[in-house]
Amino acid sequence: MAMAETVALKEKKREKYIVTTIRRLFKNKLAVAGLIIVILQILMAIFAPAITVHDPIKQNLASSELPMFSDGHWLGTDNYGRDVWSRIVFGARISLVVGLVAVSLGLIGGVLLGMLAGFYPKLDAVIMRFVDLLFSFPGILLAMLIIAILGTSLVNVAIAISIWSIPTCARIVRGSVLSIKEKEYIMAMRSMGASDLRIMARHILPNATAPIIVFATMRMATAILSTASLSYLGLGAQPPTPEWGAMISQGQDFMWTSPHLTIVPGIAIMLTVFAFNVLGDGLRDALDPNMDIQQ
Amino acid sequence: MKAVEESRSNPEVLVELNGVKKYFPIKGGVFKRVVGNVKAVESVTLKLYKGESLGVVGESGCGKSTLGRTILGLEELTDGTISFGQQEIQDLSRKEKKKFVKEMQMIFQDPYASLNPRQRIGHALDEVFTMHTDMSAKERKDSVLSLLAEVGLKPEHYDRYPHEFSGGQRQRIGIARAIALNPSFVICDEAVSALDVSVQAQVLKLLKTIQKKYDLSYMFISHDLGVVRYFCDRVLVMYLGNMVEMSDVSKIFNNPLHPYTKALLSAIPRPAINAKRERIRLVGDMPNPANPPTGCPFHTRCPIAQDICKVDKPAFVEHEPNHFAACHFAGKL
Repeated sequence: MAMAETVALKEKKREKYIVTTIRRLFKNKLAVAGLIIVILQILMAIFAPAITVHDPIKQNLASSELPMFSDGHWLGTDNYGRDVWSRIVFGARISLVVGLVAVSLGLIGGVLLGMLAGFYPKLDAVIMRFVDLLFSFPGILLAMLIIAILGTSLVNVAIAISIWSIPTCARIVRGSVLSIKEKEYIMAMRSMGASDLRIMARHILPNATAPIIVFATMRMATAILSTASLSYLGLGAQPPTPEWGAMISQGQDFMWTSPHLTIVPGIAIMLTVFAFNVLGDGLRDALDPNMDIQQ
Repeated sequence: MKAVEESRSNPEVLVELNGVKKYFPIKGGVFKRVVGNVKAVESVTLKLYKGESLGVVGESGCGKSTLGRTILGLEELTDGTISFGQQEIQDLSRKEKKKFVKEMQMIFQDPYASLNPRQRIGHALDEVFTMHTDMSAKERKDSVLSLLAEVGLKPEHYDRYPHEFSGGQRQRIGIARAIALNPSFVICDEAVSALDVSVQAQVLKLLKTIQKKYDLSYMFISHDLGVVRYFCDRVLVMYLGNMVEMSDVSKIFNNPLHPYTKALLSAIPRPAINAKRERIRLVGDMPNPANPPTGCPFHTRCPIAQDICKVDKPAFVEHEPNHFAACHFAGKL
């Protein structure tokens, strides 16, 4: 009787968790749009030399400040005659890499702290007060402080943004750990004599991935935006690096004569941030833990 | 206790509890000071013999689950000693405890909640061997497959996730995990309560088969007296963390001495139409275990309580051979 029931359900239920998640994600049109933009960006970044003709850094003062749709420069050129399209494409590389590095570092720190705080009540107070301390700084201010100490460079921007990501991540992870820790399967592992490390790495972490993935995606958007902001303020990428924020900052002097110098990188930033945000939103719905128990 | 030992073919004591107490501190105030204790388990002393099944029954919140968890060391012991074989285990370090972990296992109430939803069940069972043995990957896989067969599951179930199983199958996985290391003592914490009746019978049968095969001792925590009657050799009745009555299953069911046991038994629905039976209704709720009544813990609800019960806590003594109860008026109801 019980067997028959299992056999009947088998076809429907033998589906990997990730497949179900992707299926749910694809139902969300906006998230799909975000995903497509993100994928296009990644492709753009990877194949940057193949889809550009001009060097993004090489100056050509003879053809400076060409408007959009000029011959050979479809997005025009800047005041030094550099091709805007090339700079945008190579800028995507910088944004994605800096965002990825910043988010990864932030995740490592945040997951580690959050896990320890959630798992060991004795460490909780200490770690969370430290996290509160980081929280009390406004994000950009904290980043500026760190850059002021470390010096201006894209690497330091990544470090600054990662440190700024740690407290949020730690709180999210701690919350998940606190709830998962009380689950009966953790108790079962304890009764089986599993070590703390095993319980944390093999049983708590895999069950806390959903909020971490969502956080990482959303934080990508923030990280890219922050990189651009810091570069705009002159704290990140230094000229002639083709960074979107830096491009806006350089282009603003020519806003009236060549508005595309600010508008094009602005749209690039906006699209990227939008894409990562809607993708994160979609993932949040698709990974909803309440849908875990299928059907 | 002599009578018990003589009456048993295998009188070897496996687990011995001596004055086991578990209090949960209540913290209050600004500085989180301990302002009181929830007395979940109050002085439990008993012996569990090799190969027997001891049922532990009582209302929700009487401390039966806490008792089980405390024995396994999942809750810190407040006072008393727990011996396994001849060795006291309550003060052992984690490392020293590891070999006792192999001997004492637990089957949990909710078979879905007790399995990691993100872990294939083959891997879940595999992990038990990884933690406690030096087997190679191949040997582990073989052991897992034979375990699956033993509890009536198929090799193709190895790669499935817990949500792909029915409740009964999940509980079989829980059983497989508990017996993987060949323990001698298994605590079944409401192991069949979450299953529907037909599946319950299958799982109970499986537990019995395994018990015979491996000479297991069970501590069978349950609120289902029918299941306890079928499954257990001896029964311990608990109330508010206290031992109320303990004896062989037939004595408890046919000749209960304690009014609380009587009340519990009278609540079992019976199919007889004309049978006259007296229904003992308990009024009121169980007292707050943080502030238990003085004297006999049961006197607030007891139908035969006298003045002495309010002041004097009755001792848990042998009223008939091998039949223990904690009541001033045992058998008088």
